[in-house]
Amino acid sequence: MSEDPRLTALVARADSLFRDQTLAAVRDWKARTGGLAVGFLPIYVPRELLHAQGILPVGLMGGRPDLEIIKGDAYYQSYICHLPRSTIELGLNGVYDALDGLIFPAICDVIRNLSGMWQMLFPKVLVHYLDVPQNFDAAVGGAFYRRDLESLASALADRGARPLSADALRHSIALYNEDRRLVRELYALRRREPWKVPTHELYVVLRAAQLMPVEESTPMFAEYLELTSADQSRRPQDQARVLVAGSFCEQPPLALIKTLERAGCYIVDDDFVQVHRFIRSDIPADGDPMERLVAALLTDAVASPTRYIADGVKGEDLERRLAESQAEGVLFCAPSFCDPALLDQPMAVRAAERAGVPWTAFKYAENSGQFQVIREQAGTFADSIKLWSGA
Amino acid sequence: MSPAPTTAPPAQKDNSQVRQKQMIARHFDRLAAAPETGAKCAYTFVPGNLTELLLAFDMLPVLPEINALQSAMRGKTAEYIAAAEKLGHSEDVCTYVKSDIGMMKSGNVGPTGQRLPNPDLLLLSYTGCFTFMKWFELLREEYHCPVAMLHVPYQADGRITDAMRTYVVDQLKTAVIPKLEEVTGRKYDEDRLRAHLAKSAQAENDLVWVLQSAKNVPSPIDAYFGAVYYVGPIFSAFRGTTDAVDYYRELRAEIAGRIREGKGPVTPDGDMERERFRIVVEGPPNWTNFRQFWKMLADEGAVAVASTYSKVGGVYDLGFRHDPDRPLETLAEYCLGCYTNLSLPTRIDLLTRYLSEYRADGFLINSVKSCNSFSAGQLHILREVEARSGRPGAFIESDLVDPRYFSAANIKNRLESYFQMLEQKRMGAAS
Repeated sequence: MSEDPRLTALVARADSLFRDQTLAAVRDWKARTGGLAVGFLPIYVPRELLHAQGILPVGLMGGRPDLEIIKGDAYYQSYICHLPRSTIELGLNGVYDALDGLIFPAICDVIRNLSGMWQMLFPKVLVHYLDVPQNFDAAVGGAFYRRDLESLASALADRGARPLSADALRHSIALYNEDRRLVRELYALRRREPWKVPTHELYVVLRAAQLMPVEESTPMFAEYLELTSADQSRRPQDQARVLVAGSFCEQPPLALIKTLERAGCYIVDDDFVQVHRFIRSDIPADGDPMERLVAALLTDAVASPTRYIADGVKGEDLERRLAESQAEGVLFCAPSFCDPALLDQPMAVRAAERAGVPWTAFKYAENSGQFQVIREQAGTFADSIKLWSGA
Repeated sequence: MSPAPTTAPPAQKDNSQVRQKQMIARHFDRLAAAPETGAKCAYTFVPGNLTELLLAFDMLPVLPEINALQSAMRGKTAEYIAAAEKLGHSEDVCTYVKSDIGMMKSGNVGPTGQRLPNPDLLLLSYTGCFTFMKWFELLREEYHCPVAMLHVPYQADGRITDAMRTYVVDQLKTAVIPKLEEVTGRKYDEDRLRAHLAKSAQAENDLVWVLQSAKNVPSPIDAYFGAVYYVGPIFSAFRGTTDAVDYYRELRAEIAGRIREGKGPVTPDGDMERERFRIVVEGPPNWTNFRQFWKMLADEGAVAVASTYSKVGGVYDLGFRHDPDRPLETLAEYCLGCYTNLSLPTRIDLLTRYLSEYRADGFLINSVKSCNSFSAGQLHILREVEARSGRPGAFIESDLVDPRYFSAANIKNRLESYFQMLEQKRMGAAS
């Protein structure tokens, strides 16, 4: 049985968007609508707010392996991760000229300092450092975050965006709820029948959605879900179910994801392109929408290594995900020199061990080109799970 | 080629040095005795430390960063870092963290050879460094003690806003102070806090005077290597104490004496006799080879006349003083204003200003692998400061406390070339 050609076409379109490093889709959207486009770095910004002001939120996740880094390397020492180099390279090459602003969420010191560099290198562009609160009391951290979002909205309005209105924000929240619901459905389908949703394919769909308005990404997710659910050409294989942790900022090359799958792993949960899942459930689209947006971050965001876990046991969230996904192993797959992921890893390892789930670890850079060692490591890991796990 | 030695035999310790040593010894004695005396101790960080508030609750501060750097100076960190890496801590991450964890796993013996008490509280002042947060998450798993988190927003746009100040004050009121009350069983006493803050301001005045004495030619101090000792008390357990007030008064008098006598700074080999180069330094020192590194500069007759590292625990020379009349607001502003919490453009402005105000010949960036807060963007800083000031910069790489990353030959070569270039430039300008 062959694959539904509509599915093939959808994935091919997503793949071509993902591979295009010129932001052509964003330029087209701007030409069509006359709206502003604002980029954001990993992991999360409330895209609803941008959308409500008529802005296209554009997820930026560094460069692909085929991007030659010349200028970017001149800005960073060898012991700094790769994402800021490609971001600078793309900026200096003029690719990000399509963007009217850039938002730098507070996730690590490298992204933080990059925001200052951006202010100086691109003085005409709006630069906003989104200082995500680490205090989760609504009256304290929530109030601070709200003021920050309001000041962002006001700065965007000064740049020509629509002034923020409560009605528009409620509408945007409803649209993104549907978008996120479909992504959750896709992740649930992959947990149930991972052969139907190969991660290398899901990944390009998620990345493509970073470059399109929610009005286009939602139908794409819906169609992908429908087609892949119905597809009978994909048959189960004897693969190990693994959870891939640590790849929430700088992304692995697509070839690395394919390598893991070819090495005998079904990826049943991951941290890739996490903006689509950072808020875990629907945000109520009634009442004070700004308050809803703030509360979602404070109370319903994933337990990312970039967030302070004030209550509960560190690693509890990983244990929950392991149980939910019935993962048989964890691949700690972090970018080299990624402070949040690598500092968190010993605690995450303990969580995996508490859950009785075996693990292995390796690192990558977004421009890694050789995967033989990782293939052997992941293959041996998958084999050991199949041979020696309790089942 | 290096010039003939410009230094004299080692001098006797100044009174202020003796006093500081005694203060530190007494502090570590109190810490060692804490399990018997019942004194409560809080582990906390240098940038954004709330020492006056801890003192108001009679808590004893322990600074893991300082323990790590002192372990490095005692040659212990190679073994501590190896112990942490064996436990699964990545080779890519901050070596302060790994040294601290390795030290804890090796018995938690502090710099004076006495065992440090376990923390009653981890006071996580999340100021200017993301790693702090992860560090105390790791320690929380080891010590199973309460954590008080104080998230200090970043000055991304180069200023402190009302929203930032309010956010920090609100956290002090709703999270930090209640936790201190809970751990110590004492009520918050604002008058005690005010009294400590008043002493802080006194000591800060004298510290600023000392640091700015480097505007003299020759400079009577080394504002990088030497300043490490000068900032020690105020960056650690003593800000807000009478000890600190007395120490800085004494230090100021000694430096005033050096100026009167036309003396240069103290170096590892004694007083420097001839100041050849005045430089500004950005970035923390390397601690494993601190003396060797200092000597590389001193042997060239190079004096650090200003540094950014001496501002990680507070940029007092820009005018900030703790204000007893606004106790919580002043703590908030202090935390917000520490050097690594400043935006990159502000850091560039500050360095450029130092070059001019301190009549420096150039600047040196010591880029440390461990510290992205400092290091990410330093190559940009190098270019910008050179362009704005017209003065050349040198760039070297090392680490905080991992001896594997200190390549003495490479650093020495680079420094020698740099000083030769400064000399050539000077000769060119004179001809």
